[in-house]
Amino acid sequence: MPKIASISELEKLRAGILAKRSQETKYIAVCGGTGCHSRDNEKLAKIFAESLKKNGIKDTQIKKTGCLGFCEQGPVAIIYPEGIFYCRVTAEDVPEIVTETIANNKVVERLLYKNDETGERIVHENEIPFYEGQLRSTIADNNRIDPQSIEDYLAIGGYGALCRVLQQNTPDQVIAEVKKASIRGRSGNGFAAGRKWEACQKAEADTKYIICNCHEGDPGAFVDRRMIEANPHNILEGMLIGAFAMKATEGYIFVGDEFPLTVRNIETAIKQAEEHGLLGENILGSGLNFRVMVYIDGGNYVCGESTALMASMEGRIGEPIAKYDHATEHGLFGKPTDLNNLQTWANVPLIMSKGADWYTTIGTERSKGTRVFSLSGTVKNSGIVEVKMGTSFRKIVFEIGSGVKDHRKFKAVEVGGPMGGFIPESELDMPVDFDELTKAGLTLGPGLIVIDESNCIVEMVRYFMTFLSNESCGKCTPCREGLRQMIKIMNRIVKGKGTMADLGLLEAIARVQKSAALCALGKGASNTLSSALKNFRAEFEAHINEKQCPAGVCRMPAVVK
Amino acid sequence: MSEITLKIDGKEVKANEGMTIFDAAESAGINIPTLCHHEKLQPYTACRICTVEIEERGRTNLDTACSCPVENGMIVRTRSPNIDNIRKTLLELMLSHAPDAPLIVDLAKEYGADKDRFEKEPMFCILCGLCVRYCNEVKQKHVITFVDRGTNREIAFIPELAAKECWDCKECFPLCPTEYAQATYMLTRALIGDEKQ
Repeated sequence: MPKIASISELEKLRAGILAKRSQETKYIAVCGGTGCHSRDNEKLAKIFAESLKKNGIKDTQIKKTGCLGFCEQGPVAIIYPEGIFYCRVTAEDVPEIVTETIANNKVVERLLYKNDETGERIVHENEIPFYEGQLRSTIADNNRIDPQSIEDYLAIGGYGALCRVLQQNTPDQVIAEVKKASIRGRSGNGFAAGRKWEACQKAEADTKYIICNCHEGDPGAFVDRRMIEANPHNILEGMLIGAFAMKATEGYIFVGDEFPLTVRNIETAIKQAEEHGLLGENILGSGLNFRVMVYIDGGNYVCGESTALMASMEGRIGEPIAKYDHATEHGLFGKPTDLNNLQTWANVPLIMSKGADWYTTIGTERSKGTRVFSLSGTVKNSGIVEVKMGTSFRKIVFEIGSGVKDHRKFKAVEVGGPMGGFIPESELDMPVDFDELTKAGLTLGPGLIVIDESNCIVEMVRYFMTFLSNESCGKCTPCREGLRQMIKIMNRIVKGKGTMADLGLLEAIARVQKSAALCALGKGASNTLSSALKNFRAEFEAHINEKQCPAGVCRMPAVVK
Repeated sequence: MSEITLKIDGKEVKANEGMTIFDAAESAGINIPTLCHHEKLQPYTACRICTVEIEERGRTNLDTACSCPVENGMIVRTRSPNIDNIRKTLLELMLSHAPDAPLIVDLAKEYGADKDRFEKEPMFCILCGLCVRYCNEVKQKHVITFVDRGTNREIAFIPELAAKECWDCKECFPLCPTEYAQATYMLTRALIGDEKQ
């Protein structure tokens, strides 16, 4: 593949791909996300191909896409252009799908999604409540592209936003547009991305770095990896636009080594982009020089914290340090560095192609755009969901997620992972909005875990603390020693040996952690505890006073009467 | 270097740009307790005992005096009910490891920390890191290191290096607030011996 030297050459290549594909409208999208991967979708795609061949069907393609989102029903296969949605497809179902649906346009009833309440079968993807309630924009193209094919990305107009930016905009205009879009950092803290970009652009240096944080270590969060796995070129395009705006020359994608599929897809995408001249020197003849490298981290949770992340990348121990200047002045290797979450980067091509005016029509007053969550726990329909900011958590859990499994009673939804908190039934109407969550003492993390009456809040808090005690760096006293003592106390409580004085001790440690810990991990280490005590204090008291676990999870000593 | 003025505990203090709050307070004779701080070492901000209240541009926040650079017009409070409570709890957490370490016992008396508030721990290290950092930064021998992370974190002497370097140095022993460094070295030596002896 000769390198593409100019934008017109890229457009020519794109036109060629589209012309070649103009007849190919029929395809079967087989989900290749991590969830479906674990259910052997590799084999499924192969069997589909064999079956098509056997039946002499030549006008239908197989596309192994990234995550299609509906993980609960995986492996998923969608027949396009009709959008017929088949759930839990096994190798045995493939011949039937091919002979019935592909060859004869007949729907295989038993593989369709079944609405639990009404019992009716739903044929099309967009009519399923799980998809109906969503606004899929950053993950909208997942069903149209094979993540390992740059041609697929070009065919849907990929790198078009970059071309427009290179042709029509100055770096200042790009930053003005991002600022106007008021996009806020998707890591959860909600810092204005445009302001960060501006600071990085203004910093004077020979080398500037931009980093895409795809670390995502929260238990119960699996969004970032799925997004980049499904559409890696979208992230590269976002980073390229960022590089142009901030005059950065090197980019890193920071990813944990526990995500092998993610690493493979990113590396393939980078290689393809380099071969096409979309990364490297003088990109598309514009004079922009930018390379992207993957940094594979050992997988320590605290390395998601920005100073620890950069320490780890520099080859030092991944520990947070006290810093009094911004990374946009002195970041990685002391150079100006812009660090954004993967979801933030995913929004950039969208903003630049559709414009800030369009972007700001979505969302609430101070939180614009959409938010992608991983919905899991005891919800009926788990998976990846993208909703516009302002959507209520009730809608996410009860409409998109179809409520709680097995007719059990909803208890809470956990948001923000180990440093997050619980949203109980009474607060479910809270909208997805950075400020609303901050007001309630929560952070807008990417993972939503639905819990019901059969889950014990005390045990869950104990679990998160144990997770953090293993994943913290152990540098500062309040975090390390605080967690050590809190876990001892929690262990006593779940065994029915706790006292009411223990609750006071827990609260005392939590107060000190919040005010005196070194980094965000330490400061947030007791967030789940505080939230649980605020909303479910009675459950703690039942463990302590009545030696009973209301959910029936914790093993309590037999009560001698 | 330009001179700036800040207020520490109500007292006007002159300081140079680039100084930390701890340096400025020390020069004015104001005592801020520290455990992991050492003048020859980079700020480490791990023990958090030197946490102070800082009022700046109308906002009050907490930070460690050993690392926070001074700024003109800054108002610093080294004692307040909140600060005292933080120090008390931190000391109580440390006392679960080192209930008899003189430095910590003295501070505990001042802040009313109860050595029995939390369950006792068998390891008497408070992980101030003075030994590790002194060996790395000042002696540049890299004999002592941190091992593992989170609540499993501990210090260790690398036996091969310890056998060569430690006998003639031992400069980390007096730095240790709990004598754990010495104990760890002795254990290492008992296990592998010493080349100098």
